[in-house]
Amino acid sequence: MTNHWIDIKNSDCILIMGSNAAENHPISFKWVIEARKSGATLISVDPRFTRTSSKADFYTALRSGTDIAFLGGMINYILSHNKYFQEYVARYTNACFIVGKKYGFHDGLFAGFDPKTRKYDKSYWAYELDANGVPKKDYTLKHPRSVFQLLKKHYSRYTLDKVSAVTGTPKEDLLKVYELYSATGKPDKAGTIMYAMGWTQHTVGVQNIRAMAIIQLLLGNMGVAGGGVNALRGESNVQGSTDHCLLFHIWPGYLPTPRASAATLADYNKKYTPVSHDPLSANWWQNKPKYVVSFLKAMFGDAAHAGNDFGYGWMPKLDDGKTYSWLDLFDAMYRGEFSGFFAWGQNPACSGANADKNREALARLDWMVNVNLFDNETASFWKGPGMDPRKVKTEVFFLPCAAFMEKEGSITNSGRWAQWRYKAQEPPGEAKPDGDIMVELFNEIRSLYAKEGGVFPDPILNLKWDYTTQGKYDAHKVARTINGEFTRDVTLKGKTYRKGQLVPSFAFLQADGSTTSGNWLYCQSYNESGNNMARRDNRDTSGIGLYSNWSWCWPVNRRILYNRASVDLMGRPWNPKKPVIAFAGEVQDGKYVTKKWVGDVPDGGWYPMMNPDGTPRSDTKYPFIMKPHGFGAVFGPGRGDGPFPEHYEPIECPVEKNLFSSQFTNPVAAVYRTQKDVYKTCNPRYPFVCTTYRVTEHWQTGVLTRWQPWLLEAEPQLFVEMSEELARLRGIQNGEKVIVESPRGKVEAVAMVTKRFRPFMVQGQEIHQVGLPWHYGWVWPPDGGDSANLLTPSAGDPNTRIPETKAFMVNVRKKGV
Amino acid sequence: MKLTRRDFLKISSAATAGLALGGCTTMGFNMQPVQEQAWRLRTQDAKETPTICCYCAVGCGILCHTDKRTGKVIYTEGDADHPINRGALCAKGAATYQVAQNDKRMTKVLYRAPYSTQWEEKSWDWALRQIAKRVKDSRDKSFTRKNAKGQVVNRCDGIASVGSAALDNEECWIYQAMLRAMGLVYIEHQARI
Ligand code: SF4
Repeated sequence: MTNHWIDIKNSDCILIMGSNAAENHPISFKWVIEARKSGATLISVDPRFTRTSSKADFYTALRSGTDIAFLGGMINYILSHNKYFQEYVARYTNACFIVGKKYGFHDGLFAGFDPKTRKYDKSYWAYELDANGVPKKDYTLKHPRSVFQLLKKHYSRYTLDKVSAVTGTPKEDLLKVYELYSATGKPDKAGTIMYAMGWTQHTVGVQNIRAMAIIQLLLGNMGVAGGGVNALRGESNVQGSTDHCLLFHIWPGYLPTPRASAATLADYNKKYTPVSHDPLSANWWQNKPKYVVSFLKAMFGDAAHAGNDFGYGWMPKLDDGKTYSWLDLFDAMYRGEFSGFFAWGQNPACSGANADKNREALARLDWMVNVNLFDNETASFWKGPGMDPRKVKTEVFFLPCAAFMEKEGSITNSGRWAQWRYKAQEPPGEAKPDGDIMVELFNEIRSLYAKEGGVFPDPILNLKWDYTTQGKYDAHKVARTINGEFTRDVTLKGKTYRKGQLVPSFAFLQADGSTTSGNWLYCQSYNESGNNMARRDNRDTSGIGLYSNWSWCWPVNRRILYNRASVDLMGRPWNPKKPVIAFAGEVQDGKYVTKKWVGDVPDGGWYPMMNPDGTPRSDTKYPFIMKPHGFGAVFGPGRGDGPFPEHYEPIECPVEKNLFSSQFTNPVAAVYRTQKDVYKTCNPRYPFVCTTYRVTEHWQTGVLTRWQPWLLEAEPQLFVEMSEELARLRGIQNGEKVIVESPRGKVEAVAMVTKRFRPFMVQGQEIHQVGLPWHYGWVWPPDGGDSANLLTPSAGDPNTRIPETKAFMVNVRKKGV
Repeated sequence: MKLTRRDFLKISSAATAGLALGGCTTMGFNMQPVQEQAWRLRTQDAKETPTICCYCAVGCGILCHTDKRTGKVIYTEGDADHPINRGALCAKGAATYQVAQNDKRMTKVLYRAPYSTQWEEKSWDWALRQIAKRVKDSRDKSFTRKNAKGQVVNRCDGIASVGSAALDNEECWIYQAMLRAMGLVYIEHQARI
């Protein structure tokens, strides 16, 4: 989230799309309801009428997988009805940039597409630069190759008729949503989006979010109270685990994992550090070399020094152009590439798309380690459905771990608040905290290498690994390493810091080895003023619910990201009633003479762009400091599938053509080729659109919740929800057992016939959609059903490679028929 | 169904906990005095420990009440001081007592040998030593010093890892540290799916 949970109360219009927040993030609704009490409008757009919809002022449905069409229509509406926030768009977004002459878009393809490699050459989307290498701008937005005019042209194709024919949403409903939401384009109004996996789990997942980000920028909703682009994250620490980068492509703090072509640290810095020639661009990532060296120092301690490139050579490198994502990982495992596997605090036998492929892949390992609280479908895969244990070679080690109240440490919520947790009891039996298991396991591995030698032992022997106190894992020691410390006495900004002292915040990190920091984004979380994540002062002094002294949030306790876009060029809040920050420096002769911001921690504390007398300042920076050029990205030339979101059909869909172009599906979508990767479109055997979702009483694969009698009693088994019309068509009664099957697998489920699903009229055809929760698995409870991911396809978004589990095709039939 | 007094107290407190978002069911009679008594019995002398819910990323505050004699969590409830949830919890958060006290929790290290049809109980020492051996063997056999183009890559291609968004930040950090020191590149978790 660019904003945070409590901030939702500041919104004037809340769009919940791609999420069922009332069901899956229930307490978020405390703040949605608070906003409604103050007059906010709540809109719910979902293929199914959900608990969220039941609280909405306006609800409408769309067919799964057509969000870009829906949102593209909104962009068209905003532009053609002049609903955008002119000054914000012109001055804070890249709408004013001039795009180079090579850019083009024709019949569903952007310029630069190579049909052979199925890849785009992004150089075709580059900006036109001036003599200094700075993008040319036209603040009037009139230049025919300005981003603004290209945007207008692109989305003029998204007419109400076409959007309605694709999405199945009635035209008057589309108009209603567009009108309600675009009313937030006024300076003192804010609209927010609450989305979740309903948007991300598509082969156009990233572009779904991009489409909404464009809307938020057009309406001036970024950086303001009650605005933002807000991903509702589904796991208690999925924000933190992402920040600390348990992901192939990034190191902690979103530093790119090096590719083989970056042989040295200097190569790395050259390749990955963005350059801006505009003195008004903060280009924050220019600091990357400081964060990288501080990270390597945290990894290897004194063993990392300038003489050995700070241990850069010890870190593994990825092959250029190759991806190692979840889908790739299970594909490689299925093809027998791995001998060993850790499934640590995760149940991939149920959680991954195309679960049967993943389960078979597990059988091709030599050994696997599973760490969990309860038995689960991954640990016990070898005795699961369709497996003959006597033929499965995989050795399995199951390690029982502590629950969250049996250990100490921090987790980061969706609003980026890192909150400290304490231990309330000992783990049961021989179960241990994960931290202890890691420390002890790595000690064993290290001592083997110390004793026996082995291949390239250097990184293993040199890893800093001093995270225990009296033999036990100590979260405080790790938290200090993540924050970072000075490795020698240094004087910075006129103040001397002693060796061993904790670094106050990331502005103090250095590229010369004088500082360590395991994750620059968390630098300040645990410093000389103490463990800031443990703070519990619940007074709000901001008036807009920032609660800045409760826990700590990254970066530098800034509660609302991009907050310098919440003020005008002179530093005055667009909405004086709900100011996030405001410039409070003294004025002399129409000029600011002292520097002072009040409110939230500003996104860089520079002077505003202009003096009160309207003269521009040269000691200022553009507000979007993380973007190389400093402007919010309406045009997104960094994405793999195009700078503007374009509607493509899901890999599996019910229609024979894409009404927007002859390019049927995302031309660069990730698809796989083993015999288990089967995709079927417009196949009469699989006539219904299907989506997966969750219920309040269970969590993810149910690995924790299926074992709790209170929760299991409330939601005891797998069901498939369908419309009355579909049930009639298939002769299915509510409560009957039915079979749901896709080209990849099938599950048995109880039919739940409701009015919440309605057939769609799509391209003049009646289309049915069904949905299932994915919380179940064969291990427990008996007869509870198996994972809905047995049905979902292993096809993914080209940027993130997240699987398309929210739109695919199935058949539903009565059991035994 | 015959209820003992203890069962009844359990049910009544569960009912209150589960109804954070709704009103209060009276079951046809006034439960107030019973609830108050249940509260006193269950939490008097208990130690209060604040924590954060383990499920979704709203990050609601939960208070655990630990019996000082047994050291066991005997009750969990919403943290009224927490600015986000202000004491309220959804059904999952309200049920976290059953994470703390659950006889289905795994309490022993288990091992399943190749082609075996059953689990065997093992000691931590044995298991960690065996896993370390497997890691070293797989790593040493699959380690790639140079890729097909001859570039130095120093990576372990034969081991993969998934997990976990359920770990604490500090655990995530040391986990990525040890995996990357071992040379793993197939490092993924829930954020991707
Ligand atoms: S109590 Fe419910 S809403 Fe709150 S963090 Fe837990 S799962 Fe999320």
